[in-house]
Amino acid sequence: MTKVSAALVKEFQSIVSEQNVFVSEAERMAYSYDAAVLEPVMPAIVVAPTDKEQLCKVVKLAYENDMPITVRGSGTNLSGCTIPSAEGNAIVILTNRLNRILEINEQDLYAVVEPGVVTAQFAATVAQKNLLYPPDPGSQAVSTLGGNVACNAGGLRALKYGVTKDYLMGMEFVDYNGNLIKSGSRTVKCVTGYNMPGMMVSSEGTLGVFAELIVKLVPPPKASKAMMAIFDDINQASEAVAGIIAAHIVPCTLEFLDQVTLETVEAATKAGLPVDAAAILLIEVDGGHVQMVEDDAAEVVAICQKCGARSVDMAKDAAHKNKLWEARRAALPSLARAKPTTVLEDATVPRSQIPAMVAAVNDIAKKYALRIGTFGHAGDGNLHPTIMCDRRDKEEFKRVEAAVDEIFDVALKLQGTLSGEHGIGIAKAKWMEKETNKATVDFSKNLRRALDPKYLFNAGKKVL
Amino acid sequence: MADVKQLVSMLQELDDNLVGCMRCGMCQAVCPVYGATFQEGDVTRGKIALLENLAAELVENPQGVSEKLNRCLLCGSCQANCPSGVKIMDIFLRARAILGTYQGFNLVERAIFRGVLQQPGLFNSLLDMGSKFQGLFVKDASNVVGTSCAPLFNSIIGDRHFPKLAKAPLHQKYASLDIPAGKSGLRVAFFPGCVTDKMFPNVGEACLKVFQHHGVGVFMPKNLACCGIPALASGDRTAYDKLVTANLAKLAQGNFDYLVTPCGTCTATLKEIWPLMADSLPADQREAINRLHHKIMDVTAFVVDVLKVTLPEAQTGGKKITYHDSCHLKKSLGVAAQPRKLLQSNSNYEFVEMAEADRCCGSGGSFTLKHYDLSKTIGQRKRDNIVQSGAQVAAAGCPACMMQMMDMLSHNHDNIAVKHVMEVYAESL
Repeated sequence: MTKVSAALVKEFQSIVSEQNVFVSEAERMAYSYDAAVLEPVMPAIVVAPTDKEQLCKVVKLAYENDMPITVRGSGTNLSGCTIPSAEGNAIVILTNRLNRILEINEQDLYAVVEPGVVTAQFAATVAQKNLLYPPDPGSQAVSTLGGNVACNAGGLRALKYGVTKDYLMGMEFVDYNGNLIKSGSRTVKCVTGYNMPGMMVSSEGTLGVFAELIVKLVPPPKASKAMMAIFDDINQASEAVAGIIAAHIVPCTLEFLDQVTLETVEAATKAGLPVDAAAILLIEVDGGHVQMVEDDAAEVVAICQKCGARSVDMAKDAAHKNKLWEARRAALPSLARAKPTTVLEDATVPRSQIPAMVAAVNDIAKKYALRIGTFGHAGDGNLHPTIMCDRRDKEEFKRVEAAVDEIFDVALKLQGTLSGEHGIGIAKAKWMEKETNKATVDFSKNLRRALDPKYLFNAGKKVL
Repeated sequence: MADVKQLVSMLQELDDNLVGCMRCGMCQAVCPVYGATFQEGDVTRGKIALLENLAAELVENPQGVSEKLNRCLLCGSCQANCPSGVKIMDIFLRARAILGTYQGFNLVERAIFRGVLQQPGLFNSLLDMGSKFQGLFVKDASNVVGTSCAPLFNSIIGDRHFPKLAKAPLHQKYASLDIPAGKSGLRVAFFPGCVTDKMFPNVGEACLKVFQHHGVGVFMPKNLACCGIPALASGDRTAYDKLVTANLAKLAQGNFDYLVTPCGTCTATLKEIWPLMADSLPADQREAINRLHHKIMDVTAFVVDVLKVTLPEAQTGGKKITYHDSCHLKKSLGVAAQPRKLLQSNSNYEFVEMAEADRCCGSGGSFTLKHYDLSKTIGQRKRDNIVQSGAQVAAAGCPACMMQMMDMLSHNHDNIAVKHVMEVYAESL
């Protein structure tokens, strides 16, 4: 039975109606997990407000009653951000019924949305108006914009177009008193007050609850060109990446697959990938003029060849481009199918350190007798070492955890970061001080205490 | 009722399949039930987590899990979209059987699955009587759509608008058929399926007309039984096994090159589910199922891929017709291009695509009986897409989808007719 009193359940029901409050065991269990490989924690109650006013009242009531609050969109994050805080009287607030696109402004290039709007549906809606919302996290088909902001989601296009934070212009959020706080604006420039949207981005639900977002839109590119370059030596691939950037070409995507990933994808898809290659790069350039894109593409090919690429295959048409990208699309599904459990990391290093990082990951795989495929965003140094394992094998999973710790260590040694885009959540909170210092963690705690005096907003995540 | 320990140990047998779910949540993008409710317990990831936690004894109430598990259309959209390739249909069908055995079946389910469906002769006579007397209770709801409603029975069947039981079901006109191969040199076993037989005999007749036109021989034994999916979906493995056994015996009586059906769900059941769930059958029946597997085809795929008929190019200017991809046809069998080609071959029609053509219509066989409100919400989205396509006729390759589309269109007072692809193709011959 739920640990929330019948009277309190009634109060939540009076705010959001009976049908939007869930207390049965099966319903609560369905909100005990997310995409992180972590133990589930059952919330005591799940509440789904359908408008801003309800959201404010729900936050206020939960806070007054000392309930740990976890806000959940589609529950796709990989760091445990949406796993409820503790067994007890924890509440999960769902945002997926706050899913209206309130405005798309084609003159001023922005949109106003509720936090539960699904990323890909939003992107498709603005595309119909010939506009682009660039952030494209891997989970975009189901992830919500609120979740994207809370975790500062990245994606394939980050190198050229940036990540979620680069598109957040303003927001309204609910503070612990249930008040609506407004910051930012529909204007390109705005220096009124503190830059609170900047503070809320990647706050992982620890500072307040998003009610409305203003996001920037951009004109879409008019042309694009994709190619695949095959390398026998990973250092050559890395030199090609550096060479492309040094030539002042910024591809919209610059993706990397290592040899283990190539082998795994080929085993699953029989697509004819070069399994003996050390790495492949998938590169796409885009822009506002067809000729400029053609020129950039030709130069990228020349750079790859100069750096020693075994071959470079440029897409001739849409079907060919689709085929080239198939290897990248199949990377995670193939790695996920190889073994029951998939531990997907996102340690990120300066892009020049990719060969050192991949070599270190391969050494770690050998040391702990694990199979790790690495793929990811070569342009921005955000790699996804993916450990293929079976979480039911306790002994193996201990090795997995040790390997993950060591991957973080290496990333930090190479002046990288713990997480490029997946978030800190529960999984990496204990590592925060190692990347920064004690003063930084204390400062973060002070900030948090000021905005959440009872430590109820997603307790146990981000900053402990 | 078995004890919980036994239930837990049976569920643990599913573990190798359950563990493959990496909780990525991509199923939320395609699940029709989740699309209507936004509840995690209604989407595949949630159901798998519940089963896993029930097996691990973290959840104590099997009834709650079972209720969630049954809020599923078995449409297979999640499996077709699953990055980890989890065998979701396998999990759900087996879990329903395990929970069904644990909880037992109610009297009505027993009477239907273990009584009526097991005796095709009795099933036929009961419905033949129904067709004679339905005029007393049923009144017309829409002439264009061709539906009726039965206000007196709303408490049982809800306010459904349904096609009347056929005055003369297919089996009454053709108890059995044994026509030798003609100019095509091919002979098919024709498995019309219950809904075609009882509700849409004209679909069956359209298929027979097409076979005759192309010189295809037909073997249709008397009293073929239900394909078994309603029993299996309700967790009654015993009744399901008996239906499969009965059909195998009937089909063994004739020779044929292909086994075709005009029902996406029957085809998928015979071709995919029979082999999947063969482990409880004797060896000779398992072998028979394996031999049959390669012969089983959707009828539109048979016409296009096997007969390789030369079809006229698509025309413009005719009545606008759109097509709904039945889940079992597209997601289980990969049949999507063939029915469109057949529709485009009829010069009286102009083919138009609807948005989300492959999104489930919300029927799900017995799902619509148990969860009519949810089924209607899902169906309304399909109806809206049909209407927005501007079509005057909506076609499908599955009679169960046709019934659902008729119900939705009729309730909305849309003057849009519903036809089977084979009817449209047969009209052109």
